[in-house]
Amino acid sequence: MAKYLLLKHYNRTSGPDWLPGTNVPMDQWEPDEITAHVEFMRTWADEMAERGEFVDGQALEPAGTFVRYDGEGKPPVTDGPFPETKELIAGWMIIDVDSQERAYEAAASLSAAPGKGGRPIHEWIEVRPFYGEPPVVTE
Amino acid sequence: MNEDLLRELTPQVLGVLVRRGIEFAAAEDAVQEALLEAVRRWPDAMPDDPRAWLITVAGRKMIDEHRSVSARNRRELQHHFEPDPGPTEQADDTLLLLSRCCHPDLTPASAVALTLRAVGGLTTAQIAQAFLVPEATMAQRISRAKRTIDGQPFARPGEVTAVLRVLYLIFNEGFTGEVDLAVEAIRLTRQLAAPTDPSTGSGQGAKAEMDGLLALMLLHHARRAARRTPGGELVPLADQDRSLWDTAMIGEAVAILQGALDRDALGEYQVQAAIAALHDDAARAEETDWVQILEWYDELVRLSPSPMVLLNRAVAVGAADGPMAGLKALEPLDPDLPRYDAVAAWLQEQAGNVTEAARLYVVAAGKAPTLPENNHLLKQAARLSRT
Repeated sequence: MAKYLLLKHYNRTSGPDWLPGTNVPMDQWEPDEITAHVEFMRTWADEMAERGEFVDGQALEPAGTFVRYDGEGKPPVTDGPFPETKELIAGWMIIDVDSQERAYEAAASLSAAPGKGGRPIHEWIEVRPFYGEPPVVTE
Repeated sequence: MNEDLLRELTPQVLGVLVRRGIEFAAAEDAVQEALLEAVRRWPDAMPDDPRAWLITVAGRKMIDEHRSVSARNRRELQHHFEPDPGPTEQADDTLLLLSRCCHPDLTPASAVALTLRAVGGLTTAQIAQAFLVPEATMAQRISRAKRTIDGQPFARPGEVTAVLRVLYLIFNEGFTGEVDLAVEAIRLTRQLAAPTDPSTGSGQGAKAEMDGLLALMLLHHARRAARRTPGGELVPLADQDRSLWDTAMIGEAVAILQGALDRDALGEYQVQAAIAALHDDAARAEETDWVQILEWYDELVRLSPSPMVLLNRAVAVGAADGPMAGLKALEPLDPDLPRYDAVAAWLQEQAGNVTEAARLYVVAAGKAPTLPENNHLLKQAARLSRT
């Protein structure tokens, strides 16, 4: 059993091209399509919980701020180093599954969330394994 | 109220019900209710035979539950609770229950969760906490596991391999929570291995491997205090402060292992325990009998030639016959094996190839599946790069 973070890279300006018809911003969807999308996310989480695989998940506000230590007396807040290529991480899920294959399968199913016209949005889901605990028996 | 007693009796009572053909989920519910009843009543009136009391009360709870079923079914159900089994059946019941919880149709994670719940008597909340998942998720995992095994043909009680693997998993995963799962795994294995009447239950081979696994767990558990620094960093075997090892536990484990080996039915857990015992036997790392350890690895390769065994054997070859021999033993193995680069790095370092060793430690750190290993390997790389 291992935990994976699924990062929903909703928007992007880099990487492979959008599949045709899937790059429509959410504000241009029909209200029903937004409802269907939200419903899909809820059902997905419910099904993962029912399988005993769901750990946590949250949606994130689109606006974020980059913060770092820049030395004593310097303001710690910036707009971020990459304003032109800013990616939007729309949310994240943590799942606890039996295998990497299962994590990929779950991520792919999440990426099939419906968008404009009910078509899957094919958003990128980044799958990042958590570090586990070292085994006891090592020899 | 003796909580330990209840936890010890829980799987026995459940085992009796399951052996009598009661559906697993229903039996478990009934046992839980009987336990609640015990918590309420025992402080005032402790029964003479707590186990029989629990079986009777659980049986009554099940009959209450089935008020709506036909009179015929009810009579059949009542029949299940008479008469009480003799003591020789108890060991079989624990094994039977474990076989059920470790059914081959279950994923390892499900089998582990169900075993801890039904045999270990841990609460769903405790198991969820140990695995760092929400309680609702763990509850689903357990009830899904119960649904999977209900209606499945019984695993034969003699099939202990799956049971031992699940107990090993519980021990080895190094979970760090409020509930000590290593201790829990040892407790369950001890319970399984306890009966010594060879005329009942499992055969010599199964008994030898139960003892072998128990010895293996104890031999590793004895080193626990030395395995990490107070700050949580990993301390490899060679660098451990051996005065922190629990010598009494090692002594007990060696005696158990000796008994297992005397049964002349060698298995992989006994061999792994023998290797651990040889390490535990060395007062200083330099005194380790690597030649004998290598002989046991050859035995382990014969019994269970997994890639991980071959990788660990390469370490033993390196220590017994020198790093060049170790690297040669590594050659036929798949470089994508977990921890392959860490072994290669260590062997290269022993061979005096410091630059290559440092490079490999960095590669190994990048692939390390756990943070303490990542930190440890980075420190090795840093140590070599500095010289």
